[in-house]
Amino acid sequence: MPLAIFGLLVFPGFLFLSVYSLWFEYLDRKMYARMQNRQGPPWFQPLADFLKLIGKETIIPDDADKPVFKILPVFALAAATAAFLYVPIWGQTGLYSFEGDIVVVLYLLTIPTLAFFLAGWFSTSVYATIGSVRSLTQLFSYEIPIFMALLSPAILSGSWSIAGNAAFYHTHPLYILINIPAFIVAVIAIQGKLERVPFDAPEAETEIVAGAFTEYSGRLLAIFRMTIDAELIVVASIMAAIFFPAFVANPVLGFIIYLVKTFIILFILTVIRSVMARIRIEQMVVFCWKYLVPLALIQILLNLLLKGVLPL
Amino acid sequence: MTNKKVVIPIGPQHPALKEPGCFTLTLEGEKVTNAVVGVGYNHRGLEKSCESRSYIQCLYIIERVCGICSHSHSTNFLRAVEQIAGVEISRRANYIRVLMAELERLHSHLLWLGVAGHIIGFDTLLMYSWRDRELVLDQLATIGGNRVNYGINTIGGVRRDIDAQNIEDLKKMCTIVEEQAKYYAQIALTETTLAARLGGVGKLSHDDCIKYGAVGPTSRAAGVADDIRKTDPYCLYEEMPFDVITTEYADVFGRTVVRVLEIFESVKIIRYVLDNLPDGELVVKVPRKIPAGESVTRYEAPRGEDVHMVRANGTEYPERVRVRAPSEANWHGMAHMIEGDYLADAPLIIAAIDPCYSCTDRKIIVDNKDTETQSVLDWNQLRQYSIDWYKNRGIDTTKIQIPEKKLYF
Repeated sequence: MPLAIFGLLVFPGFLFLSVYSLWFEYLDRKMYARMQNRQGPPWFQPLADFLKLIGKETIIPDDADKPVFKILPVFALAAATAAFLYVPIWGQTGLYSFEGDIVVVLYLLTIPTLAFFLAGWFSTSVYATIGSVRSLTQLFSYEIPIFMALLSPAILSGSWSIAGNAAFYHTHPLYILINIPAFIVAVIAIQGKLERVPFDAPEAETEIVAGAFTEYSGRLLAIFRMTIDAELIVVASIMAAIFFPAFVANPVLGFIIYLVKTFIILFILTVIRSVMARIRIEQMVVFCWKYLVPLALIQILLNLLLKGVLPL
Repeated sequence: MTNKKVVIPIGPQHPALKEPGCFTLTLEGEKVTNAVVGVGYNHRGLEKSCESRSYIQCLYIIERVCGICSHSHSTNFLRAVEQIAGVEISRRANYIRVLMAELERLHSHLLWLGVAGHIIGFDTLLMYSWRDRELVLDQLATIGGNRVNYGINTIGGVRRDIDAQNIEDLKKMCTIVEEQAKYYAQIALTETTLAARLGGVGKLSHDDCIKYGAVGPTSRAAGVADDIRKTDPYCLYEEMPFDVITTEYADVFGRTVVRVLEIFESVKIIRYVLDNLPDGELVVKVPRKIPAGESVTRYEAPRGEDVHMVRANGTEYPERVRVRAPSEANWHGMAHMIEGDYLADAPLIIAAIDPCYSCTDRKIIVDNKDTETQSVLDWNQLRQYSIDWYKNRGIDTTKIQIPEKKLYF
C-alpha cells in the first residue's frame, strides 16, 4: 500500500511528472530559442513562471459558471496524470498495465482537450468561445489519425497493451520499420493535440488573444499550463514506447534510455514548431482528412495484410 | 455556431495590434461578413502645435509624427519649406538624405517582415529579420546618433556628414543584409505554410487600389507602378539606379514579395550613393523668416506616398502644416480587404498595409444630432459623472487619499 501511494504521488506519478514536464518545457523553450538565434530562458524559468502564476490573483468573470470554471483545470490535469501511470518509464511496463491500456491512455488524453473546450465555453468571452470551438473542430480532425496511427502497430503485434506492444517490437525490432508511416502521422497529429505550431489556431494569440484560456488567470491558468506540459510528456512517452522499442532489463539504464527517447521526440516537435507558420483552422481540417487519414488507413491495411503473411 | 452571427472586436487593445485601433468584425462561422474600421484613438494634435512654433522647432515635432518613417516626414516637410524659401540644397546633402531614406526603408521592411511572421505564428522569421534589422539600426545610430529619430535633417541641408569609416561599415552591412534578404526571399517564395497563409488573403485588385487610393507596397502588389521616387523624383532620385517592384498577386503574399524585393533595390541605391557621394557644403543658410507661400510635396515613405502641405505667411511660424501619412490612404480599402476573408486572416490583413496609427489619426468630432439619447459633457460634468458612477457602486472617490509622491533613488 505505501509503495502504491509512492508510485501514484512521487515516482512515476504526480511529482515526477510535474518535475519532468517543467524540465521538458525548459528544453523546448531553450531549443526553440537557440534555433531562432536567441539566448533562451535559464533552467528555472518554467518553475519561476509557474510559481508566479500560482501567486497571482485568480479572476473569474461574472458571467462564467463558477464551479465548472474552477474544476476544469484540475479535471484536465488529473486526466493527464492518470494517463501517465500506464506509460512505461523504466522498462517495458508502466506502473499499471492491462490488456487495452493503450486505448485508455488515448481516451484519457482526449479529456484535457474537452476540458479546454468547456473552459472556453463557460468563460463566455468571445475570444474564448471562438478558441474553444476551434479546439473542438481540431479535435475531430487529429483524433482519428492519432488513434489509427497508434493502434496500427498494435494490430501487427496482436496486443492491445503498451507493454505487449513494447515486448513484441523488442523481440522483432525490424518490424518497427513497417510502422514508419504511422510514426509520421502520429508526429504530425500530436501537434494538433498539443496545440503547437503549425496547429495552434485554437490559441492563436494574434487572432483570439489566448483562445479558450483568455479569461483564465492565476492558479487556474497555472494548472492549465501544467496540463499542457504534462500532456506533452505523456504523448512523447507513449510514442517512445511504441515506436522506439529499445528496452533493457536494468531499470536505471532503462530510465536513461526513456529520457533519451522522449528527448528525441521533443526535438522533432521543436524543429517543426520553429520552421513552420500557423495554418488556418480550415486548412488544418482539410490537411488532416485529406492526407493524414488516408496515410493512416494505408498503414492499417498494410499491417492487417502483413499479419497474415509474416511469421509471427 | 455556423449560422449564428458573432461580433468580435479586434482592439482597441489586442495582442495583434501594436497601437490602439478598433476593428469590429461580424463573423459567420469563421468568415468575416462585415468589417468596421475605427481609428482615432491616438490623435496628438501635432499639426496644430506646429502652428505656434518656429520652423526649426516644427522640424522636431514633424520628425516624431512616426516612429519608423521619421526621416520621411522630416525630409518631406523640409522640402516644402525649402521650396517656399526658394533654397536649393547641395548635392551632397541630397545624397545623404537619400542614404538615410533608404536605410529607413530597409529597417522598416525588415520590421514588417518580422511582424507579419509573428502574426501568422512564424516566430522564427520574426527573430531572424529583427536580428538583421539591428545591423541597419546600428548604422543609423552611428550616423545620426539615434536608432529611430536620427535628427539628420535641418533646414537647408543635413546636420551630419558621412566619413570614410561610415562608408566602409555601411558597405559591410549592405553585404550581410542583401545575403539575408536573399534567404528571406527564398523562404517567402517557397515555404509551404507561409504561402498557404499569405496567398489569396486580403485581395485588393488593381482597380480597387485606384478606387480606394491605396499607396505604397499595397498598390504595387496589385500591379500599380506607383512609386513617387520614379513618377515625381525628389532629392536627386532621378540619378539613382533602381526599379519599381510590382507584382500581380494583389494579396498579402504580393505585398510580402514587394517588400522583400524592395530591400534589394534599397541596397542598390545605398551602394550607388556610397560610391558616388559628391562633395559640397552640408548646409545652405536659410533665413529664419520664410516668405509667404504655399507648397505641397510628395515623398515615397516605406509605407507609401507621404504628402505634406506647408503654408507660410512671411513670419518665423508656419501658418498651416498638413500631414497625410501613407497609412491614411491605405485605411480606406481596409474594410473591403477584410470582408469575405477568415477571422484568422484579419490581423494579418491589417498588418499587411504596415499601419501606423498615430501618424494617421485625426480629431474626431461627434456630430450630435440625436439629443435624446446622446449628450456632450464638458470636463467638469464628465468628472462629476465618474464620481457619481463610483458612488452608486459604493465607492466614494472623493475620500480617497492620494499618497505623497515618493522618489526612489
